[in-house]
Amino acid sequence: MLRKIRVVMASVLFLLCLMLFLDFTGFFATYFGWIAKIQLVPAILAVNLVVVVLLLLLTFLFGRVYCSIVCPLGVFQDIISRVGSKIRGHRPAFKYMKELKWLRYSFLLLFVVTLIAGIPAVYTLIEPYSSFGRMANALFAPLYQWGNNALAYLAERLDSYAFYRSEVIFKGVTTLIVALVTIVLLFVLAGRKGRIYCNSICPVGTLLGLVSKVALFRPVLDISKCTSCHMCAKRCKSSCIDVESGKIDYSRCVVCFDCIESCKFGALEYKFAFGKKTQPLKSQDGLSRREFLAVSSLMAGSVALNAQNKVDGGLAAIEDKIAPERKISIVPPGAKSIKNLSDHCTACQLCVSACPNDVLRPSDSLERFMQPESSYEKGFCRPECNKCSQVCPTGAITPLAVEDKVSTHIGHAVWVEKNCLPVADGVSCGLCANRCPVGAISMVQIEGATQGLKRPVVDQEKCIGCGACEYLCPARPFSAIYVEGNDVHIVK
Amino acid sequence: MAKIKNQEIGRRDFLKILGIGSAAALLPSCKDKKENTLSVVEPFSEESLGNMTYRINPSTGDKVSILGYGCMRWPLLENPEPGKSVVDQEQVNKLIDYALAHGVNYFDTAPVYCQGWSETATGIALKRHPRNTYFIATKMSNTRDFSFQAALKMYNRSFEALQTDYIDYYLLHSVGGGKGLETLQQRFFDNGLLDFLLKERKKGKIRNLGFSYHGDVAVFDYLLSLHGEVKWDFVQIQMNYLDWKHAKTINPSNTNAEYLYGELSKRGIPVVIMEPLLGGRLANVPSHVAEHFVSRTPGRSIASWAFRFVGSYPGVLCALSGMTYMEHLQDNLRTFSPLEPLTEDDMKYLAGISDILSKHPIIPCVDCKYCMPCPYGLDIPAIFLHYNKCVNEGNIISDTSDDNYKKARRAFLIGYDRSVPKLRQADHCIKCGECVSSCPQRIRIPREMEKIHHYVESLKVTQ
Repeated sequence: MLRKIRVVMASVLFLLCLMLFLDFTGFFATYFGWIAKIQLVPAILAVNLVVVVLLLLLTFLFGRVYCSIVCPLGVFQDIISRVGSKIRGHRPAFKYMKELKWLRYSFLLLFVVTLIAGIPAVYTLIEPYSSFGRMANALFAPLYQWGNNALAYLAERLDSYAFYRSEVIFKGVTTLIVALVTIVLLFVLAGRKGRIYCNSICPVGTLLGLVSKVALFRPVLDISKCTSCHMCAKRCKSSCIDVESGKIDYSRCVVCFDCIESCKFGALEYKFAFGKKTQPLKSQDGLSRREFLAVSSLMAGSVALNAQNKVDGGLAAIEDKIAPERKISIVPPGAKSIKNLSDHCTACQLCVSACPNDVLRPSDSLERFMQPESSYEKGFCRPECNKCSQVCPTGAITPLAVEDKVSTHIGHAVWVEKNCLPVADGVSCGLCANRCPVGAISMVQIEGATQGLKRPVVDQEKCIGCGACEYLCPARPFSAIYVEGNDVHIVK
Repeated sequence: MAKIKNQEIGRRDFLKILGIGSAAALLPSCKDKKENTLSVVEPFSEESLGNMTYRINPSTGDKVSILGYGCMRWPLLENPEPGKSVVDQEQVNKLIDYALAHGVNYFDTAPVYCQGWSETATGIALKRHPRNTYFIATKMSNTRDFSFQAALKMYNRSFEALQTDYIDYYLLHSVGGGKGLETLQQRFFDNGLLDFLLKERKKGKIRNLGFSYHGDVAVFDYLLSLHGEVKWDFVQIQMNYLDWKHAKTINPSNTNAEYLYGELSKRGIPVVIMEPLLGGRLANVPSHVAEHFVSRTPGRSIASWAFRFVGSYPGVLCALSGMTYMEHLQDNLRTFSPLEPLTEDDMKYLAGISDILSKHPIIPCVDCKYCMPCPYGLDIPAIFLHYNKCVNEGNIISDTSDDNYKKARRAFLIGYDRSVPKLRQADHCIKCGECVSSCPQRIRIPREMEKIHHYVESLKVTQ
């Protein structure tokens, strides 16, 4: 029964959490954004004391149920393990393993140190929630979108508006590689060794383990009933039941209740056991290590139109835009400053998933490893949208009312003379000025130009850095006007 | 073959959904999908077709089918090979074979149609039939380069592409555009082009010489004033029940068809009709108008009304229809085999309908694609078609407190992204004005784009 409750709760939370990353309509973000906010690391980064205290209290009461129910990466490993056993036709046989204490605490220390030192490239990699987020965003979201697009295709043919297309965009090679490496490692580890990640690497697991050691309720092995059949140890994905000595390592137990269900003799019971001594066993060598590669490439394409003989119909080819080299990255409104974002972000990619305008993408730079930044090749930061600030669980992007968006200056537009249509082609344009949502751009006479051609001038006091000008600028592949980020967002 | 017409689905879209010819089996399942009325059109059967109605061209005695094939809207390939024809030749062959077999004998093309591939495609299909069983019409489309050399090249290329030694009907293409008389002067007089064409007519390379007209009425009047010397064998005008009295209502710079037709018939010049259906707009009327039609003539398509209207004028030599799909062709064959002219009562009825339609706030685009390609990549006709579709379906609502606002907003925005890729939408228009002089309907395209952009923005910001 307890196990069933655990499975149902875990499944519901997992699916909702997954949908947070997959859904591009904003529905789940609106109603279930809290699921990301009750994750431990995001709560710590957001300095959300209420959540942190509640989670610690929960662990103190019931053990590491967080790892079995709330943590999407934990549940995902269970799913992998389950699917694996379905394929193989039998459940994996785990066995007791000594605690890899040295490894566990090294990772916890590494996590704490890099978190304080502000080295996201390290702490985001070993943290469970954002690892899951990156996989969901980089690997599952495209599949979900393709599936959706197939339905949208059918809907279109049936003249229905139930589904609409969502463009699948390649957002960054680093995140993709990291996600791929993570998922491969998970499949290998979870399939064979159960929750070895949670008990040897995961800093959250180690931290909660310190509390769960002395939890009020725990599964207890009654030696008088135990026949040493090892059934429980074989089912224990945490490899923490030592039947021989009759001890359970509660710092590693994730309270999945599998052992209780597996015992035919009723020797295991989940009960109030405060004060009962536990002796975690010693360990020696290390086991797994993570590797990743950082490669970067650019994608471009398209051909130019040759318009010698005018004929009717057809479409001019449109060259893809190429992002300019920005001296300072643009981070979304609500982030306050690059430093604030950097200090709080776990690179979970939830904001990247949620961005309906295809503006946010993970950074490929090392100092801001996989943390979000804005770029305007596919769209601009639309005035009515504050999705990223709604979903961010860590306070890296703080909540920002839509009304306050126009007064938050995240960057400023810069004119590139040589690309500008009136200068380069002698065509009058002014689209940037027409489309600027805050009226920051005006057109002035180009000195000495014939036919009264005009060029844009940006009022830096007004410009908020939304990128409408950069996105809509007809100059391709490089826009004639682009946005430089503001280190610290100016609110006025 | 059962054929059901859903007013919410355009003729083309309808076929896209079902696939040509295979409609019958699938149709019952999509009935009643929308609450709107479905008018059940009588099943098409070849046996029930009578004989095609023909009109005689007084100058050459040609016996011309009243239904002419417009070759501007040939079915296109989805992914044409670069540098090769964009037209779906197989379909064109099928359509032309079928049309000829059922009495259609007038084929109207132009060097610029279908991205320049229409003449070639039409030529290939027609070459498979005896030359004396059909008439070819093509045009001098020198709308950019006014030099005689360029014109001559275009003229010769037509013979090559159409694989013929003579052209039955040759037109000065779309006069009245640009700067009116000034442009006409440059295109046909200053370079001696008209004299050349007259000589070609004398030689027999051109059997009938005429012009197609849109736009500045001074040009039309001027060319007719030359009738005495030039003797126009025919003239092509835009005529339909809406433009008969309301061309000026819709756009003050246009001229009512009533005047144009009247001037031509006064002089006994045979009239060829273009846009009798306004690029499908008169088949895709708003639902309440459609219901009207259906209750008046159940079993007949809405399009048939528009064709019977033009056919009812005796001075009309033939009415062109750009039939992209077999379904269009068959429907039109039924209308014209034989033509049943409208009664006086019917005419009054149509006048009433056109009063309603003229007040309908759609953009008068007929999807001729003369404006394309837009140098900045916009898909102008697709944007207008989507907008018009939403107007017809009552999905243009600015009042956010309206009960249907949410539904209409969704339909507009989702449909917009479906019909037009993001980078080809109205917000990308820089108002360069390239397109303006090309539009035979004289739509102020950049202005309309701006309006649509603002409407889209208003929808987007109210979530």
